[in-house]
Amino acid sequence: MTDRFNLYHYASPATFYPLAGRLIPWFAALAAIFGLIGLYIGMLVAPTDFQQGEGYRIIFIHVPASWMSMFIYLVMAFWAAIGLAFNTRLSGMMARALAPTGALMAFLSLWTGALWGKPMWGTWWVWDARLTSELILLFLYIGYMALVAAIDDPRRGDKAGGLLLLVGVVNVPIIYFSVKWWNTLHQGSSVNLAKSSMAEVMLWAMLLVALSFWMYSIAVAFARVRTLILERERNADWVKAELAGDRP
Amino acid sequence: MIYWNSFSDFLAMGGYGLYVWGSFGVTALIMASEPLLVARRRKATIARLKRQLRAESRTTDA
Repeated sequence: MTDRFNLYHYASPATFYPLAGRLIPWFAALAAIFGLIGLYIGMLVAPTDFQQGEGYRIIFIHVPASWMSMFIYLVMAFWAAIGLAFNTRLSGMMARALAPTGALMAFLSLWTGALWGKPMWGTWWVWDARLTSELILLFLYIGYMALVAAIDDPRRGDKAGGLLLLVGVVNVPIIYFSVKWWNTLHQGSSVNLAKSSMAEVMLWAMLLVALSFWMYSIAVAFARVRTLILERERNADWVKAELAGDRP
Repeated sequence: MIYWNSFSDFLAMGGYGLYVWGSFGVTALIMASEPLLVARRRKATIARLKRQLRAESRTTDA
């Protein structure tokens, strides 16, 4: 059974480092392709919305950014759980590498939401359940980054940060279901598996941009984790060879 | 195929131009600068680690 695909093999920083390096250009290229097609359809082909006019086109980044902000947090919490349970080295680095991108996605969700809310609701901001829980998500990202940066020992930082991530994960379903659980000013979900309230062409544009954001986040997080690996494993022979070899 | 009649129509976004382009502009700015910041950090880190490595090998040689 030695020829079986071994996931643990890629859990080691020394093998993951070159793998991530090879994958980054592919994810970046896919992000650009999906993004261009999605924006082309969304901004140039899709017709106007009968209720919101052209203002609805903010949806093509608002929804993908909001989805990513929640999804990245879930992935970070997953790595935190793996790291706390199995004490794997790469997990903490993965969570750290994802955090800034997740925070930016949460910020973009709030920013585009404000610019959408102003013309449609007449206000940039309301303390409604959806908006407030998304703001808490942004604070969780910032809190996580501040916490791990404040602890000198990286492995201890990973553990403390992981604990924060696992406690905060309860916020994600609150964001997601907030429009069902409470009477919010924010509209309900436009997309669900059974029946979508969006026109097909709009839905496709949005899904393509979402896919693009997804590929973008993976590419950026991989690039960031490679730097973290070099920093943390600087005493390993392979890192010394890598640095001496002058490879990028 | 293209929905818009003119480029100025496209820019005006039916009167929602400020909101639509304000959203897309900031998103583009962030998604263009984040990879650049990551690359800069990587360069600085590699340069620092190389310096440390050289300093280390000097002390062990001596």
